[in-house]
Amino acid sequence: MRYMMLIYTRETESGLAPEDANELKTAHRAVMEQASRKGVLRGAEPLAPTSSATTVRVQSGKTMITDGPFAETKEQLAGYYIIDCGNLDEAIEWASQIPTACKGGEGCVEVRPLLDMAGDCLRYRTLND
Amino acid sequence: MTDVRTTAESVFRAESGRIIASLIRISGSFDRAEEAMQEAFAAALAFWPGHGTPRNPAAWITTTAHRKLIDAVRRERTRMEKQEPLQYQAALAELPSDTTFEEAAMHYPDDRLRLIFTCCHPALNPEAQVALTLRTLGGLSTAEIAKAFLLPEATLAQRLVRAKRKIQEAHIPYEIPSAERLPERMDSVRAVIYLIFNEGYAATAGSDLVRRDLCAEAIRLGRVLHELAPDDAESIGLLALMLLHDSRRDTRIVNGDLKTLEEQDRSLWDGRAISEGLQLVEEALAMGRAGPYQFQAAIAALHAQAGRAEETDWRQIAALYRGLLERNPSPVIALNHAVAVAMSGKLTEGLQLLDEPDLSGALDHYYLFHAARADLLRRLERWAEAAEAYRQALDRATNEVERDFLRKRLRELSGRRLFCV
Repeated sequence: MRYMMLIYTRETESGLAPEDANELKTAHRAVMEQASRKGVLRGAEPLAPTSSATTVRVQSGKTMITDGPFAETKEQLAGYYIIDCGNLDEAIEWASQIPTACKGGEGCVEVRPLLDMAGDCLRYRTLND
Repeated sequence: MTDVRTTAESVFRAESGRIIASLIRISGSFDRAEEAMQEAFAAALAFWPGHGTPRNPAAWITTTAHRKLIDAVRRERTRMEKQEPLQYQAALAELPSDTTFEEAAMHYPDDRLRLIFTCCHPALNPEAQVALTLRTLGGLSTAEIAKAFLLPEATLAQRLVRAKRKIQEAHIPYEIPSAERLPERMDSVRAVIYLIFNEGYAATAGSDLVRRDLCAEAIRLGRVLHELAPDDAESIGLLALMLLHDSRRDTRIVNGDLKTLEEQDRSLWDGRAISEGLQLVEEALAMGRAGPYQFQAAIAALHAQAGRAEETDWRQIAALYRGLLERNPSPVIALNHAVAVAMSGKLTEGLQLLDEPDLSGALDHYYLFHAARADLLRRLERWAEAAEAYRQALDRATNEVERDFLRKRLRELSGRRLFCV
Protein backbone atom coordinates (compact mmCIF):
# COMPACT_ATOMS: atom_id res chain seq x y z
CA MET A 1 0.00 0.00 0.00
CA ARG A 2 1.26 3.45 -0.89
CA TYR A 3 1.47 6.08 1.81
CA MET A 4 1.92 9.76 1.22
CA MET A 5 4.11 11.49 3.74
CA LEU A 6 3.33 15.16 3.88
CA ILE A 7 6.07 17.26 5.40
CA TYR A 8 4.81 20.22 7.39
CA THR A 9 7.32 22.85 8.47
CA ARG A 10 7.39 26.10 10.31
CA GLU A 11 8.59 28.62 7.77
CA THR A 12 11.04 31.16 9.08
CA GLU A 13 11.94 34.55 7.54
CA SER A 14 15.55 33.66 6.88
CA GLY A 15 15.05 30.00 5.99
CA LEU A 16 17.91 27.63 6.66
CA ALA A 17 21.55 28.63 7.07
CA PRO A 18 23.66 27.24 4.18
CA GLU A 19 25.38 24.56 6.27
CA ASP A 20 22.03 23.46 7.77
CA ALA A 21 20.52 23.37 4.29
CA ASN A 22 23.32 21.10 3.16
CA GLU A 23 22.85 18.81 6.12
CA LEU A 24 19.12 18.64 5.44
CA LYS A 25 19.70 17.80 1.79
CA THR A 26 22.04 14.99 2.77
CA ALA A 27 19.47 13.60 5.20
CA HIS A 28 16.75 13.67 2.52
CA ARG A 29 19.06 12.03 0.02
CA ALA A 30 19.81 9.26 2.52
CA VAL A 31 16.11 8.45 2.95
CA MET A 32 15.48 8.55 -0.81
CA GLU A 33 18.47 6.33 -1.57
CA GLN A 34 17.46 3.82 1.07
CA ALA A 35 13.88 3.75 -0.18
CA SER A 36 14.87 3.37 -3.84
CA ARG A 37 17.36 0.63 -3.00
CA LYS A 38 14.47 -1.25 -1.43
CA GLY A 39 12.37 -0.48 -4.49
CA VAL A 40 9.62 1.25 -2.50
CA LEU A 41 10.12 4.92 -3.39
CA ARG A 42 7.27 6.13 -5.57
CA GLY A 43 7.97 9.84 -5.45
CA ALA A 44 9.45 12.65 -3.39
CA GLU A 45 9.58 16.35 -4.05
CA PRO A 46 10.03 19.60 -2.16
CA LEU A 47 7.68 22.55 -2.58
CA ALA A 48 8.72 26.18 -3.00
CA PRO A 49 7.91 28.36 0.05
CA THR A 50 4.34 29.53 0.66
CA SER A 51 5.32 33.06 -0.44
CA SER A 52 5.00 31.60 -3.96
CA ALA A 53 1.59 30.05 -3.33
CA THR A 54 -1.64 31.04 -5.05
CA THR A 55 -5.05 29.74 -4.06
CA VAL A 56 -7.65 29.14 -6.74
CA ARG A 57 -11.30 28.57 -5.92
CA VAL A 58 -14.20 28.31 -8.35
CA GLN A 59 -17.44 29.70 -6.95
CA SER A 60 -20.63 29.61 -9.04
CA GLY A 61 -18.60 29.41 -12.22
CA LYS A 62 -16.33 32.28 -11.26
CA THR A 63 -12.65 31.70 -10.60
CA MET A 64 -11.44 33.44 -7.44
CA ILE A 65 -7.72 33.88 -7.09
CA THR A 66 -6.00 34.84 -3.86
CA ASP A 67 -2.40 35.31 -2.88
CA GLY A 68 -0.91 32.83 -0.42
CA PRO A 69 -1.67 29.35 0.86
CA PHE A 70 -5.19 27.99 1.44
CA ALA A 71 -4.92 28.10 5.22
CA GLU A 72 -2.94 30.40 7.49
CA THR A 73 -1.52 27.81 9.86
CA LYS A 74 1.69 27.70 11.84
CA GLU A 75 3.01 24.79 9.86
CA GLN A 76 2.96 24.72 6.08
CA LEU A 77 3.21 21.94 3.55
CA ALA A 78 6.84 21.84 2.43
CA GLY A 79 7.14 18.62 0.44
CA TYR A 80 6.09 15.03 0.18
CA TYR A 81 7.23 11.44 -0.19
CA ILE A 82 5.24 8.54 -1.59
CA ILE A 83 6.52 5.20 -0.30
CA ASP A 84 5.16 1.70 -0.71
CA CYS A 85 4.79 0.07 2.72
CA GLY A 86 3.37 -3.16 4.03
CA ASN A 87 1.49 -1.44 6.84
CA LEU A 88 1.26 1.69 8.96
CA ASP A 89 4.17 0.69 11.22
CA GLU A 90 6.49 0.54 8.22
CA ALA A 91 5.20 3.91 7.06
CA ILE A 92 5.83 5.35 10.54
CA GLU A 93 9.42 4.04 10.40
CA TRP A 94 10.01 5.88 7.12
CA ALA A 95 8.24 9.01 8.31
CA SER A 96 10.37 9.16 11.44
CA GLN A 97 13.49 9.32 9.26
CA ILE A 98 12.33 12.18 7.06
CA PRO A 99 13.86 15.50 8.13
CA THR A 100 11.26 18.22 8.68
CA ALA A 101 13.25 21.42 9.00
CA CYS A 102 12.95 22.12 5.27
CA LYS A 103 11.78 25.72 5.59
CA GLY A 104 13.68 26.76 8.68
CA GLY A 105 11.79 25.57 11.75
CA GLU A 106 11.14 22.03 12.93
CA GLY A 107 7.94 20.36 11.81
CA CYS A 108 6.17 17.05 11.46
CA VAL A 109 5.15 14.47 8.91
CA GLU A 110 1.53 13.53 8.27
CA VAL A 111 1.15 9.96 7.05
CA ARG A 112 -1.84 9.20 4.83
CA PRO A 113 -2.60 6.07 2.84
CA LEU A 114 -3.27 6.75 -0.83
CA LEU A 115 -6.55 5.39 -2.13
CA ASP A 116 -5.96 2.87 -4.86
CA MET A 117 -7.73 4.18 -7.95
CA ALA A 118 -5.74 2.07 -10.43
CA GLY A 119 -8.96 0.62 -11.87
CA ASP A 120 -10.41 4.08 -12.47
CA CYS A 121 -7.22 5.33 -14.14
CA LEU A 122 -7.26 2.34 -16.45
CA ARG A 123 -10.80 3.12 -17.53
CA TYR A 124 -9.85 6.77 -18.04
CA ARG A 125 -6.95 5.76 -20.28
CA THR A 126 -9.08 3.52 -22.50
CA LEU A 127 -11.60 6.30 -22.88
CA ASN A 128 -8.89 8.64 -24.13
CA ASP A 129 -7.26 6.08 -26.38
CA MET B 1 -31.00 -22.97 31.04
CA THR B 2 -29.64 -20.59 33.67
CA ASP B 3 -26.72 -22.99 34.22
CA VAL B 4 -26.01 -23.15 30.53
CA ARG B 5 -26.11 -19.39 30.26
CA THR B 6 -23.80 -19.00 33.26
CA THR B 7 -21.30 -21.51 31.85
CA ALA B 8 -21.45 -19.94 28.43
CA GLU B 9 -21.01 -16.47 29.89
CA SER B 10 -18.06 -17.43 32.05
CA VAL B 11 -16.37 -19.17 29.12
CA PHE B 12 -17.06 -16.13 27.04
CA ARG B 13 -15.55 -13.77 29.61
CA ALA B 14 -12.47 -15.92 30.12
CA GLU B 15 -11.80 -17.01 26.56
CA SER B 16 -13.29 -14.45 24.23
CA GLY B 17 -10.04 -12.46 23.99
CA ARG B 18 -8.09 -15.54 23.00
CA ILE B 19 -10.74 -16.77 20.54
CA ILE B 20 -11.36 -13.43 18.90
CA ALA B 21 -7.62 -12.82 18.52
CA SER B 22 -7.30 -15.98 16.41
CA LEU B 23 -10.45 -15.17 14.45
CA ILE B 24 -9.10 -11.73 13.60
CA ARG B 25 -5.78 -13.15 12.46
CA ILE B 26 -7.54 -15.65 10.20
CA SER B 27 -10.21 -13.35 8.78
CA GLY B 28 -8.22 -10.14 8.82
CA SER B 29 -11.34 -8.33 10.00
CA PHE B 30 -12.49 -7.23 13.44
CA ASP B 31 -16.12 -7.16 12.36
CA ARG B 32 -16.18 -10.58 10.78
CA ALA B 33 -14.42 -12.08 13.82
CA GLU B 34 -16.86 -10.45 16.21
CA GLU B 35 -19.85 -11.67 14.24
CA ALA B 36 -18.58 -15.25 14.19
CA MET B 37 -17.92 -15.06 17.91
CA GLN B 38 -21.43 -13.83 18.68
CA GLU B 39 -22.98 -16.50 16.48
CA ALA B 40 -20.99 -19.19 18.25
CA PHE B 41 -22.17 -17.88 21.59
CA ALA B 42 -25.78 -17.90 20.44
CA ALA B 43 -25.29 -21.44 19.11
CA ALA B 44 -24.03 -22.55 22.52
CA LEU B 45 -27.14 -21.18 24.20
CA ALA B 46 -29.34 -23.01 21.69
CA PHE B 47 -27.46 -26.30 21.59
CA TRP B 48 -26.17 -26.96 25.10
CA PRO B 49 -29.50 -27.21 26.96
CA GLY B 50 -30.67 -30.14 24.79
CA HIS B 51 -27.32 -31.90 24.33
CA GLY B 52 -25.57 -31.13 27.57
CA THR B 53 -22.65 -28.78 28.14
CA PRO B 54 -19.59 -30.07 26.29
CA ARG B 55 -16.64 -31.30 28.32
CA ASN B 56 -14.44 -28.51 27.02
CA PRO B 57 -16.79 -25.55 26.49
CA ALA B 58 -14.01 -23.22 25.36
CA ALA B 59 -12.89 -25.60 22.60
CA TRP B 60 -16.51 -26.04 21.53
CA ILE B 61 -17.01 -22.29 21.20
CA THR B 62 -13.68 -21.91 19.40
CA THR B 63 -14.52 -24.58 16.83
CA THR B 64 -18.05 -23.28 16.35
CA ALA B 65 -16.84 -19.71 15.92
CA HIS B 66 -14.42 -20.96 13.31
CA ARG B 67 -17.22 -22.76 11.41
CA LYS B 68 -19.35 -19.63 11.56
CA LEU B 69 -16.47 -17.67 10.13
CA ILE B 70 -16.11 -20.11 7.24
CA ASP B 71 -19.88 -20.04 6.66
CA ALA B 72 -19.83 -16.26 6.51
CA VAL B 73 -16.90 -16.30 4.13
CA ARG B 74 -18.69 -18.84 1.88
CA ARG B 75 -21.86 -16.78 1.86
CA GLU B 76 -19.86 -13.74 0.91
CA ARG B 77 -18.04 -15.72 -1.75
CA THR B 78 -21.29 -16.93 -3.30
CA ARG B 79 -22.68 -13.42 -3.24
CA MET B 80 -19.52 -12.06 -4.89
CA GLU B 81 -19.45 -14.85 -7.43
CA LYS B 82 -22.89 -13.79 -8.56
CA GLN B 83 -22.01 -10.12 -8.70
CA GLU B 84 -18.40 -9.84 -9.71
CA PRO B 85 -17.06 -13.16 -10.93
CA LEU B 86 -13.53 -11.82 -11.17
CA GLN B 87 -13.22 -10.35 -7.73
CA TYR B 88 -14.14 -13.17 -5.40
CA GLN B 89 -10.95 -15.16 -5.84
CA ALA B 90 -8.80 -12.32 -4.70
CA ALA B 91 -11.06 -11.46 -1.78
CA LEU B 92 -10.51 -14.62 0.19
CA ALA B 93 -7.46 -16.77 -0.13
CA GLU B 94 -7.37 -20.13 1.58
CA LEU B 95 -8.98 -20.75 4.95
CA PRO B 96 -7.46 -23.28 7.31
CA SER B 97 -9.39 -26.42 8.18
CA ASP B 98 -10.88 -26.95 11.66
CA THR B 99 -7.89 -28.85 12.95
CA THR B 100 -5.36 -26.24 11.98
CA PHE B 101 -7.58 -23.61 13.50
CA GLU B 102 -7.76 -25.32 16.86
CA GLU B 103 -4.04 -25.89 16.81
CA ALA B 104 -3.57 -22.28 15.94
CA ALA B 105 -5.67 -21.20 18.90
CA MET B 106 -3.65 -23.41 21.22
CA HIS B 107 -0.19 -22.87 19.83
CA TYR B 108 -0.20 -19.21 18.94
CA PRO B 109 -0.63 -17.45 22.24
CA ASP B 110 0.84 -14.49 20.37
CA ASP B 111 -2.51 -13.79 18.77
CA ARG B 112 -3.65 -12.01 21.89
CA LEU B 113 -0.42 -10.06 22.04
CA ARG B 114 -0.93 -9.01 18.42
CA LEU B 115 -4.44 -7.95 19.31
CA ILE B 116 -3.24 -5.87 22.29
CA PHE B 117 -0.73 -4.03 20.13
CA THR B 118 -3.31 -3.32 17.44
CA CYS B 119 -5.94 -2.10 19.91
CA CYS B 120 -3.41 0.07 21.76
CA HIS B 121 -1.75 1.42 18.61
CA PRO B 122 -0.73 5.04 19.20
CA ALA B 123 -2.15 5.95 15.77
CA LEU B 124 -5.61 5.50 17.37
CA ASN B 125 -6.76 8.15 19.80
CA PRO B 126 -6.63 7.14 23.49
CA GLU B 127 -10.42 6.87 23.93
CA ALA B 128 -10.60 4.59 20.91
CA GLN B 129 -7.74 2.49 22.27
CA VAL B 130 -9.55 2.02 25.57
CA ALA B 131 -12.89 1.20 23.96
CA LEU B 132 -11.40 -1.25 21.48
CA THR B 133 -9.31 -3.01 24.12
CA LEU B 134 -12.31 -3.48 26.41
CA ARG B 135 -14.50 -4.58 23.53
CA THR B 136 -12.24 -7.13 21.85
CA LEU B 137 -9.76 -8.24 24.46
CA GLY B 138 -12.04 -7.80 27.46
CA GLY B 139 -15.14 -9.09 25.73
CA LEU B 140 -17.30 -6.31 27.23
CA SER B 141 -20.37 -5.32 25.26
CA THR B 142 -20.69 -1.85 23.78
CA ALA B 143 -23.48 -1.17 26.29
CA GLU B 144 -21.30 -2.22 29.23
CA ILE B 145 -18.41 -0.01 28.15
CA ALA B 146 -20.71 2.93 27.54
CA LYS B 147 -22.21 2.51 30.99
CA ALA B 148 -18.81 2.29 32.64
CA PHE B 149 -17.69 5.54 31.02
CA LEU B 150 -21.06 7.24 31.54
CA LEU B 151 -21.43 7.78 27.81
CA PRO B 152 -24.40 7.25 25.51
CA GLU B 153 -24.14 3.87 23.83
CA ALA B 154 -24.33 5.48 20.39
CA THR B 155 -21.24 7.61 21.15
CA LEU B 156 -19.27 4.56 22.14
CA ALA B 157 -20.47 2.52 19.17
CA GLN B 158 -19.42 5.38 16.89
CA ARG B 159 -15.99 5.45 18.54
CA LEU B 160 -15.54 1.73 17.89
CA VAL B 161 -16.66 2.02 14.28
CA ARG B 162 -14.20 4.85 13.65
CA ALA B 163 -11.34 2.97 15.30
CA LYS B 164 -11.98 -0.16 13.24
CA ARG B 165 -12.23 1.93 10.09
CA LYS B 166 -8.88 3.57 10.81
CA ILE B 167 -7.27 0.16 11.43
CA GLN B 168 -8.53 -0.98 8.07
CA GLU B 169 -7.89 2.15 6.02
CA ALA B 170 -4.47 3.02 7.38
CA HIS B 171 -3.42 -0.66 7.55
CA ILE B 172 -2.56 -0.67 11.22
CA PRO B 173 -0.75 -3.99 11.44
CA TYR B 174 -1.84 -7.05 13.40
CA GLU B 175 1.69 -7.77 14.50
CA ILE B 176 4.09 -7.67 17.39
CA PRO B 177 6.20 -4.54 16.87
CA SER B 178 9.87 -4.74 15.92
CA ALA B 179 12.38 -5.16 18.75
CA GLU B 180 13.45 -1.52 18.67
CA ARG B 181 9.85 -0.23 18.79
CA LEU B 182 8.68 -2.76 21.36
CA PRO B 183 9.56 -0.76 24.52
CA GLU B 184 7.61 2.35 23.48
CA ARG B 185 4.71 0.28 22.20
CA MET B 186 4.58 -1.63 25.49
CA ASP B 187 4.40 1.76 27.23
CA SER B 188 1.36 2.59 25.19
CA VAL B 189 -0.30 -0.75 26.07
CA ARG B 190 0.37 -0.23 29.78
CA ALA B 191 -0.96 3.31 29.60
CA VAL B 192 -4.27 2.01 28.20
CA ILE B 193 -4.62 -0.63 30.91
CA TYR B 194 -3.78 1.84 33.68
CA LEU B 195 -6.22 4.35 32.20
CA ILE B 196 -8.96 1.71 32.44
CA PHE B 197 -7.97 0.97 36.02
CA ASN B 198 -7.97 4.61 37.06
CA GLU B 199 -11.30 5.22 35.43
CA GLY B 200 -12.67 2.55 37.73
CA TYR B 201 -10.68 3.52 40.79
CA ALA B 202 -10.54 7.29 40.86
CA ALA B 203 -14.01 8.16 39.66
CA THR B 204 -16.70 7.72 42.24
CA ALA B 205 -19.57 8.97 40.15
CA GLY B 206 -22.06 6.55 38.68
CA SER B 207 -22.88 3.04 39.75
CA ASP B 208 -20.19 1.61 42.04
CA LEU B 209 -20.55 -1.89 40.69
CA VAL B 210 -19.78 -1.07 37.10
CA ARG B 211 -16.76 0.94 38.12
CA ARG B 212 -15.46 -1.99 40.13
CA ASP B 213 -15.81 -4.06 37.01
CA LEU B 214 -13.45 -1.66 35.27
CA CYS B 215 -10.79 -2.17 37.97
CA ALA B 216 -11.24 -5.93 37.78
CA GLU B 217 -11.08 -5.80 34.00
CA ALA B 218 -7.88 -3.73 34.04
CA ILE B 219 -6.30 -6.22 36.45
CA ARG B 220 -7.37 -9.08 34.20
CA LEU B 221 -5.79 -7.34 31.21
CA GLY B 222 -2.69 -6.68 33.31
CA ARG B 223 -2.50 -10.42 34.00
CA VAL B 224 -2.82 -11.20 30.30
CA LEU B 225 -0.01 -8.77 29.49
CA HIS B 226 2.16 -10.29 32.22
CA GLU B 227 1.41 -13.78 30.96
CA LEU B 228 2.31 -12.82 27.39
CA ALA B 229 5.45 -10.86 28.29
CA PRO B 230 6.62 -12.51 31.51
CA ASP B 231 10.08 -10.88 31.46
CA ASP B 232 8.82 -7.33 31.19
CA ALA B 233 9.57 -5.72 34.55
CA GLU B 234 7.35 -2.68 34.04
CA SER B 235 4.33 -4.83 33.18
CA ILE B 236 4.85 -6.74 36.42
CA GLY B 237 5.10 -3.37 38.16
CA LEU B 238 1.81 -2.28 36.62
CA LEU B 239 0.00 -5.44 37.72
CA ALA B 240 1.43 -5.10 41.24
CA LEU B 241 0.45 -1.44 41.40
CA MET B 242 -3.15 -2.17 40.40
CA LEU B 243 -3.46 -5.08 42.84
CA LEU B 244 -2.09 -3.02 45.72
CA HIS B 245 -4.39 -0.07 45.02
CA ASP B 246 -7.33 -2.38 44.52
CA SER B 247 -6.69 -4.09 47.86
CA ARG B 248 -7.83 -0.87 49.60
CA ARG B 249 -10.85 -0.27 47.41
CA ASP B 250 -13.50 -1.32 49.93
CA THR B 251 -12.10 0.91 52.67
CA ARG B 252 -11.75 4.11 50.65
CA ILE B 253 -15.37 5.03 50.81
CA VAL B 254 -17.42 4.08 53.83
CA ASN B 255 -21.12 4.99 53.83
CA GLY B 256 -20.43 7.54 51.13
CA ASP B 257 -17.56 9.14 53.06
CA LEU B 258 -14.07 9.32 51.61
CA LYS B 259 -11.45 7.89 53.97
CA THR B 260 -7.79 8.89 53.73
CA LEU B 261 -5.08 6.23 53.93
CA GLU B 262 -4.62 7.23 57.56
CA GLU B 263 -8.29 6.74 58.41
CA GLN B 264 -8.88 3.50 56.52
CA ASP B 265 -9.61 0.31 58.44
CA ARG B 266 -6.52 -1.66 57.49
CA SER B 267 -7.95 -4.94 58.75
CA LEU B 268 -10.38 -4.76 55.81
CA TRP B 269 -7.67 -4.44 53.18
CA ASP B 270 -7.61 -7.43 50.84
CA GLY B 271 -4.74 -9.56 52.17
CA ARG B 272 -4.61 -11.84 49.15
CA ALA B 273 -4.27 -8.97 46.71
CA ILE B 274 -1.61 -7.42 48.93
CA SER B 275 0.53 -10.52 49.21
CA GLU B 276 0.33 -11.11 45.47
CA GLY B 277 1.17 -7.46 44.87
CA LEU B 278 4.15 -7.55 47.23
CA GLN B 279 5.48 -10.70 45.63
CA LEU B 280 5.20 -9.14 42.16
CA VAL B 281 6.97 -5.95 43.28
CA GLU B 282 9.88 -8.01 44.55
CA GLU B 283 9.95 -10.08 41.38
CA ALA B 284 10.01 -6.93 39.22
CA LEU B 285 12.64 -5.07 41.24
CA ALA B 286 14.90 -8.15 41.21
CA MET B 287 15.08 -7.81 37.43
CA GLY B 288 17.05 -4.61 37.88
CA ARG B 289 15.18 -2.56 35.28
CA ALA B 290 13.33 -0.05 37.42
CA GLY B 291 10.70 2.17 35.80
CA PRO B 292 7.79 4.41 36.80
CA TYR B 293 5.25 1.63 37.40
CA GLN B 294 7.69 -0.27 39.59
CA PHE B 295 8.43 2.87 41.61
CA GLN B 296 4.74 3.50 42.16
CA ALA B 297 4.15 -0.15 43.01
CA ALA B 298 7.01 -0.06 45.53
CA ILE B 299 5.42 3.00 47.14
CA ALA B 300 2.02 1.28 47.28
CA ALA B 301 3.78 -1.77 48.75
CA LEU B 302 5.25 0.30 51.60
CA HIS B 303 1.77 1.58 52.44
CA ALA B 304 0.38 -1.94 52.29
CA GLN B 305 3.07 -3.24 54.61
CA ALA B 306 2.33 -0.76 57.39
CA GLY B 307 0.03 -2.44 59.91
CA ARG B 308 -0.90 0.96 61.31
CA ALA B 309 -0.72 4.36 59.62
CA GLU B 310 1.95 5.53 62.10
CA GLU B 311 4.19 2.65 61.04
CA THR B 312 4.38 3.86 57.42
CA ASP B 313 7.97 4.17 56.22
CA TRP B 314 7.56 7.71 54.89
CA ARG B 315 11.31 8.26 54.52
CA GLN B 316 11.60 5.43 52.06
CA ILE B 317 8.44 6.57 50.31
CA ALA B 318 9.92 10.08 49.99
CA ALA B 319 13.11 8.54 48.54
CA LEU B 320 11.09 6.56 45.99
CA TYR B 321 9.13 9.66 44.94
CA ARG B 322 12.47 11.45 44.59
CA GLY B 323 13.65 8.65 42.25
CA LEU B 324 10.41 8.80 40.30
CA LEU B 325 10.67 12.58 40.05
CA GLU B 326 14.20 12.35 38.64
CA ARG B 327 12.98 10.06 35.87
CA ASN B 328 9.58 11.62 35.22
CA PRO B 329 9.56 15.24 36.32
CA SER B 330 5.89 16.14 36.80
CA PRO B 331 4.11 18.53 39.16
CA VAL B 332 1.83 15.79 40.53
CA ILE B 333 4.79 13.60 41.45
CA ALA B 334 6.49 16.64 43.00
CA LEU B 335 3.33 17.16 45.07
CA ASN B 336 3.44 13.55 46.30
CA HIS B 337 7.12 13.87 47.05
CA ALA B 338 6.54 17.00 49.13
CA VAL B 339 3.77 15.28 51.12
CA ALA B 340 5.98 12.23 51.75
CA VAL B 341 8.81 14.49 52.98
CA ALA B 342 6.37 16.24 55.30
CA MET B 343 4.99 12.96 56.61
CA SER B 344 8.47 11.62 57.30
CA GLY B 345 8.65 14.06 60.17
CA LYS B 346 9.76 17.16 58.26
CA LEU B 347 6.44 19.03 58.08
CA THR B 348 7.92 22.47 57.49
CA GLU B 349 10.31 21.24 54.82
CA GLY B 350 7.44 19.48 53.02
CA LEU B 351 5.32 22.63 53.12
CA GLN B 352 8.22 24.66 51.72
CA LEU B 353 8.52 22.23 48.82
CA LEU B 354 4.79 22.66 48.13
CA ASP B 355 5.04 26.43 48.24
CA GLU B 356 7.82 26.66 45.68
CA PRO B 357 6.43 28.99 43.00
CA ASP B 358 6.92 26.52 40.13
CA LEU B 359 4.87 23.87 41.84
CA SER B 360 2.13 26.02 43.35
CA GLY B 361 1.77 27.79 40.00
CA ALA B 362 1.46 24.58 38.02
CA LEU B 363 -1.01 22.97 40.44
CA ASP B 364 -3.15 25.91 41.49
CA HIS B 365 -6.14 24.50 39.56
CA TYR B 366 -5.78 21.08 41.20
CA TYR B 367 -7.92 20.56 44.31
CA LEU B 368 -5.61 17.88 45.72
CA PHE B 369 -2.75 20.38 45.83
CA HIS B 370 -4.78 22.68 48.10
CA ALA B 371 -6.12 19.74 50.10
CA ALA B 372 -2.57 18.49 50.69
CA ARG B 373 -1.41 21.97 51.69
CA ALA B 374 -4.37 22.29 54.03
CA ASP B 375 -3.55 18.95 55.62
CA LEU B 376 0.06 19.96 56.29
CA LEU B 377 -1.04 23.32 57.75
CA ARG B 378 -3.54 21.46 59.95
CA ARG B 379 -0.79 19.17 61.20
CA LEU B 380 1.35 22.26 61.90
CA GLU B 381 -1.65 23.63 63.84
CA ARG B 382 -1.79 26.73 61.64
CA TRP B 383 -5.58 26.56 61.81
CA ALA B 384 -6.56 29.74 59.97
CA GLU B 385 -4.28 29.06 57.01
CA ALA B 386 -5.43 25.46 56.93
CA ALA B 387 -9.07 26.56 56.76
CA GLU B 388 -8.26 28.95 53.92
CA ALA B 389 -6.48 26.16 51.99
CA TYR B 390 -9.47 23.81 52.50
CA ARG B 391 -11.72 26.51 51.09
CA GLN B 392 -9.43 26.82 48.06
CA ALA B 393 -9.63 23.04 47.61
CA LEU B 394 -13.42 23.10 47.95
CA ASP B 395 -13.62 25.74 45.20
CA ARG B 396 -11.84 23.36 42.83
CA ALA B 397 -13.23 19.93 43.75
CA THR B 398 -16.08 18.68 41.59
CA ASN B 399 -16.79 15.23 42.95
CA GLU B 400 -19.46 15.24 45.71
CA VAL B 401 -17.75 12.58 47.84
CA GLU B 402 -14.57 14.61 47.79
CA ARG B 403 -16.41 17.84 48.53
CA ASP B 404 -18.10 16.24 51.53
CA PHE B 405 -14.73 15.19 52.82
CA LEU B 406 -13.34 18.73 52.52
CA ARG B 407 -16.42 20.21 54.23
CA LYS B 408 -16.01 17.77 57.09
CA ARG B 409 -12.39 18.84 57.54
CA LEU B 410 -13.42 22.49 57.51
CA ARG B 411 -16.02 21.86 60.22
CA GLU B 412 -13.43 20.12 62.37
CA LEU B 413 -11.15 23.12 61.99
CA SER B 414 -13.75 25.63 63.04
CA GLY B 415 -14.07 23.66 66.31
CA ARG B 416 -10.32 23.87 66.78
CA ARG B 417 -10.22 27.57 66.19
CA LEU B 418 -12.84 28.26 68.87
CA PHE B 419 -10.68 26.53 71.41
CA CYS B 420 -7.45 28.16 70.39
CA VAL B 421 -8.36 31.77 69.86
